[in-house]
Amino acid sequence: MKYLDEYRDPELAQRLFAEIRRITTRHWAIMEVCGGQTHSIIRNGIDQLLPDEIELIHGPGCPVCVTPLEIIDKALAIASRPGVIFCSFGDMLRVPGSAKDLFRIKSEGGDVRIVYSPLDAVRLAQQHPDREVVFFGIGFETTAPANAMAVLQAHRLGLRNFSMLVSHVLVPPAIAAIMESPTNRVQGFLAAGHVCSVMGTWQYQPLVEQYRVPIVVTGFEPLDVLEGIRRVVLQLEAGRAELDNAYERAVRPEGNVAAQQVLSEVFEVTDRAWRGIGVIPQSGWRLRDAYRAYDAEARFAVGDIQTRESPICRSGEVLQGMLKPNQCPAFGKECTPRTPLGATMVSSEGACAAYYQYGRFIKAEEVGVAR
Amino acid sequence: MSEGLNVEGWSCPLPLRDHPNIIMGHGGGGKLSAELVEHLFLPAFAEAGAVDMGDAALVAIGGARLAFSTDSFVVRPLFFPGGNIGELAVNGTINDIAMRGAQPLVLSAGFILEEGMPLDQLAAIARSMGAAARRAGVTLVAGDTKVVDRGHGDGVYITTSGFGVVPEGIDIGPTRAQPGDVIIVSGSIGDHGVAILSVREGLEFGATIESDTAPLNGLVAELLDETRTIHVLRDPTRGGVASALNEIALASQVGIVIDERKLPVQDAVRAACELLGMDPLYVANEGKLIAIVPSSDAERLLARMQAHPLGRRAAIIGHVTADHPGLVVARTGIGGTRIVDMMVGEQLPRIC
Amino acid sequence: MCLGIPGQIKEIYEMNGIRMGKVDFNGIVKEVCLAYLPEIDVGDYTIVHVGFAITRLDEQSALETLALFQSIGLLDEELRTDAAEEEAAA
Repeated sequence: MKYLDEYRDPELAQRLFAEIRRITTRHWAIMEVCGGQTHSIIRNGIDQLLPDEIELIHGPGCPVCVTPLEIIDKALAIASRPGVIFCSFGDMLRVPGSAKDLFRIKSEGGDVRIVYSPLDAVRLAQQHPDREVVFFGIGFETTAPANAMAVLQAHRLGLRNFSMLVSHVLVPPAIAAIMESPTNRVQGFLAAGHVCSVMGTWQYQPLVEQYRVPIVVTGFEPLDVLEGIRRVVLQLEAGRAELDNAYERAVRPEGNVAAQQVLSEVFEVTDRAWRGIGVIPQSGWRLRDAYRAYDAEARFAVGDIQTRESPICRSGEVLQGMLKPNQCPAFGKECTPRTPLGATMVSSEGACAAYYQYGRFIKAEEVGVAR
Repeated sequence: MSEGLNVEGWSCPLPLRDHPNIIMGHGGGGKLSAELVEHLFLPAFAEAGAVDMGDAALVAIGGARLAFSTDSFVVRPLFFPGGNIGELAVNGTINDIAMRGAQPLVLSAGFILEEGMPLDQLAAIARSMGAAARRAGVTLVAGDTKVVDRGHGDGVYITTSGFGVVPEGIDIGPTRAQPGDVIIVSGSIGDHGVAILSVREGLEFGATIESDTAPLNGLVAELLDETRTIHVLRDPTRGGVASALNEIALASQVGIVIDERKLPVQDAVRAACELLGMDPLYVANEGKLIAIVPSSDAERLLARMQAHPLGRRAAIIGHVTADHPGLVVARTGIGGTRIVDMMVGEQLPRIC
Repeated sequence: MCLGIPGQIKEIYEMNGIRMGKVDFNGIVKEVCLAYLPEIDVGDYTIVHVGFAITRLDEQSALETLALFQSIGLLDEELRTDAAEEEAAA
């Protein structure tokens, strides 16, 4: 597949691994922000082939992991209502709320449907004028333009039965929050490539300057991830802290202006609670007043949600790189992908789920799996 | 930003595993399905339960061994590129029997019909079933029909059962894999699952992929003609090649190593999986088999497969090892390694 | 957040007032919203995320990146080869 296969070339990958090994002289802790990057790292076995000195900390760039518990519970409450068709991306179906998840709601009779695009939900609203169609609008800046367009479309078509449960989160405030944390260990960032395709790279320059930390905009294919790591390590070894774009084929400094215009038309910045981390000021988007009619939180009075997070789940610390999944007492015991306590064990790129696989492999390695 | 964690307040957690009801994941062919069988059904059927969890049960009767199997089909949509629920139902049970090395003889078919289902659709399904059975040389000998109220079914659910005789000296089953064995897959993986997704509501795309539904008893006969020492045969349906290999690794208490670069995958299937963020290893197949065979037989069996119309793209994809028993490990495209775990519920499209 | 796949634009049209297109992903053709790429054309490649094209793939940059990967380690190899030859000659 063009623009994919070339960036999965094993020979070039070996070259990049060798080069990273060559230039690394000491321990560096690097965070990849995006869940898609975490997935690529685990999926391709990249973390095992990197030199031991390079520590990859899987960041909070996974909407599955960070969507606030309260919003999940609201989603569950709305999806349970008779007459509602609740549409969501597949990722969200297994995320545990205080007591259930969307799969459970489906088993109890809720009409929960997986859609590929938010426009599919708009289409459903057109096809079922007698039902309330609600779309679970989660995601980072990459997904927000699609969700914004769905709201605009609904508005244009005069649909009265479409609404969106919005929970958008933003990357730059998350990076700031991580760097502000007194226990932070992250020394360099791989910024999320597709987030930057939309928003551009200019938002990261202030972060580079304020925190003196290298930030390299990175793609998702194995060669892209390795190149991002190589560039961060180069900077760290040389004591530099700069903004760099290693994903130029898909990212321009100004980003996608048309998307940004629609985003500012439909959304406004708001404080947002990140599951397991807490409230990060001005770190999310919500619908503007002009589009309040499409806000599911306003349409469905689901007030008085009492959230109950598992008392022993430490997803938040994991998300910030403060705790390794296998350092959590519940890891692999009460908490497994089959019986997740928190979102980081549910999502395929949640750090805990990723470690679960890796951790078992460590045991396998002891028995001599060939590299 | 994060409030320090209150270590004092910790206590035994309420596991979120409680599923008082059946959820969709129980039908996915992964861990949830396995647990349902192991913890709910098998204990209840304890006196008569089959033990080795192979595709078909072996029943000794009058000096012969029968391979007996049953399978239910609830696929939506009923008609999809490459076939319909009818031939899926016929081929599915034929294949379960064939995976024991037996030639299927007879099938029964039970229908649960939803009130309001169009008769011409049912007729088309029935015709396909007859044709599929004829193609495989199997007779449909018994059947049953029930009707349920509108809204209580998806048009039609079909259950087929059948049996065949396992030839003397053949011992094929999921516990038989041995270190050193070679793993062969009979063709491209992921075709059926993607064909279904290509028409399912919410995930439509113009795809050129057809379901690979096919009866494999002819192919199995070819293989057994070449050698009787095949250890394991398995058709990787729900849960895909990954789940099938995991089950075998557990049942045989061996480790399995596969090479991702060797997996045959059609370009369009690969593209569809990329688009949805799915892994072809976990996508269902309905006309493919996995054969685990002694290494000395591997090349000959591969050649035999490739000479058969249903095995043209057969390939060696890995081997069995004594290391890491119960684990399936894959060498990735760039030379890394990853664990290919059993699916938990069903594989879901993702955006992340 | 970021599953975006490259595909080639085959057709552009309007539907319900929005710019849409058919994008080909190696044989899979999907309807994609092109509203955010008003200048993209048939034949161009784009990254698609949840049914929306979010950026045009720049062929030139892509080639340059690949060339960079090809060259990585080469200079070092040359230097090591030179050093080895020097040592052998000494």
